[in-house]
Amino acid sequence: MMSMSSAEEIVSTLTKRDIFQTFVFENFQQASFNYETIHGLAFCVDMIPTIRRVYKTKEDQAEALKRHLTFFNVTPGVCGPIVGVTMALEEGKAQGENIDAGTIQSFKVGLMGPLAGVGDPVMWGTLRPILAALGASLAVKGSWMGPFLFFFAFNAIRLALKWYGLKLGLNRGLALVKDVSGNLLPKLTEGATVLGLFVMGVLVTKWTTINIPLVVSKTQNGGKEVVTTIQTILDELCPGLPALGLTLLMMYLLRKKVNPIILIFALFGVGILGYGLGWLK
Amino acid sequence: MKITIFQLILIFIWSSITGAGSVLDEFQTHRPLIACSVTGLILGDPVKGIILGGTLELIALGWMNIGAAQSPDSALASTISTILVIVGSQSIQKGIAIALPVAAAGQVLTVFARTITVAFQHAANRQAAKANFKAIEWLHFSALFVQALRVSIPTTLVAIFVSPTMVQSMLNALPDVVTGGLTVAGGFIVVVGYAMVMNMMSVKYLMPFFYLGFILGGYLKLSLLAFGGVGLILALVYVQLNPKFSKQMSATPVSNTAVENDLAEDELED
Repeated sequence: MMSMSSAEEIVSTLTKRDIFQTFVFENFQQASFNYETIHGLAFCVDMIPTIRRVYKTKEDQAEALKRHLTFFNVTPGVCGPIVGVTMALEEGKAQGENIDAGTIQSFKVGLMGPLAGVGDPVMWGTLRPILAALGASLAVKGSWMGPFLFFFAFNAIRLALKWYGLKLGLNRGLALVKDVSGNLLPKLTEGATVLGLFVMGVLVTKWTTINIPLVVSKTQNGGKEVVTTIQTILDELCPGLPALGLTLLMMYLLRKKVNPIILIFALFGVGILGYGLGWLK
Repeated sequence: MKITIFQLILIFIWSSITGAGSVLDEFQTHRPLIACSVTGLILGDPVKGIILGGTLELIALGWMNIGAAQSPDSALASTISTILVIVGSQSIQKGIAIALPVAAAGQVLTVFARTITVAFQHAANRQAAKANFKAIEWLHFSALFVQALRVSIPTTLVAIFVSPTMVQSMLNALPDVVTGGLTVAGGFIVVVGYAMVMNMMSVKYLMPFFYLGFILGGYLKLSLLAFGGVGLILALVYVQLNPKFSKQMSATPVSNTAVENDLAEDELED
């Protein structure tokens, strides 16, 4: 912790080109995804422009490379700040600051957890489903705007996160840890969760089609026959109730570690059986 | 329709890109919305590709890679189902029915690919000792080819060998109860995707927002964009009014709008 202020004082020898190259590499964070170190090799490659610049001897370079071939895993979209901070730490170490390999390692691991905790639900749980659902709603009508909107909106946000995350991490160096444990990130996560849950609620009722034409009763009303089906009863209670029930059931089963592919096939089975018996249409 | 050699080459290149995209999860070329649309474009029926992509995207909404776990593979599912729908002139619903088992198969293939790349990691460890930068970079990026071929080889084989008449007669052999049932199930199969997304996000005390969306969505005839706006406003108001955040705020006498000041302050405290 003593080295915190000194990392701010050091003059960076990294060139614009080094930083940009790191940014480009960051877009291939999962290229060598493997079960042993997940993004371990990728993180090492992210650090290559920095290591090449700040360490002069082969021995120092080899040490640094080995240091960053260890296990690493975070939502790719939010790897920027971690890479940035690590670049700052390596630069500090190369310039003789009192930073040992262990400190660098614990910074990586320390940032990895909270950022993955934000990155997974925000990127995969909120941002992509919402943009994809928006794009899909246009695409099912045959509009080319659907794929375009999804592709450009998602990538604009993703690239901005990578670039500014990297710059923030690098510029703020060690001080970033304070930011992560501070107020901004939990606020962002909670806000995104509120938005995401609300939109999911809308999607469940709007985009699920379940029709249960099972006849409950047939009554005569002034010569006209009124057919009451399960569907008409449910619609009077609240539209979309079967979809809600099914979603909650799926959430429960997924939490019980049932494979989603099995659930999808089971629902196909329900569809075929229900259609065959005339309960579903 | 018959696929030309030129289209076959394009299919191979595009499915390689989706395969690489599938593991990278960056540009989203592996998502049905993109993968089906471009495959449709190559095969000369972009509109059908876009509609299939949109429909499959809704089902795949919750297919995501969390931590080290893999989701069903949307890349292989998208390319193969689009070929069968357009070249084999099948309906969109039948395309979806084909896509799902293919997605499961693709998931198995990617598990193999990610095991193979362990060897690349070990080779990189040896190169690090020699400080051989170029070799490490090369090993990292060449691992992408394993993933690219994982999708492009099966896709190209399907494009070459599956003739439209063969697909037609195979699917015609299915009884009506199956195809009708698949169409019915297609209407609600998305709930699995919703449930996966929900399980990621769901925080018990925030669940009222989910039910609010459900009720408003059932009764109000607004566009999804308008609902998104309402949700955004709800989120902003919630965060602003939440005493949990304002309490923390008063503990440090710093304005919450100026993050820069916040950071500077933190440094001074140390």
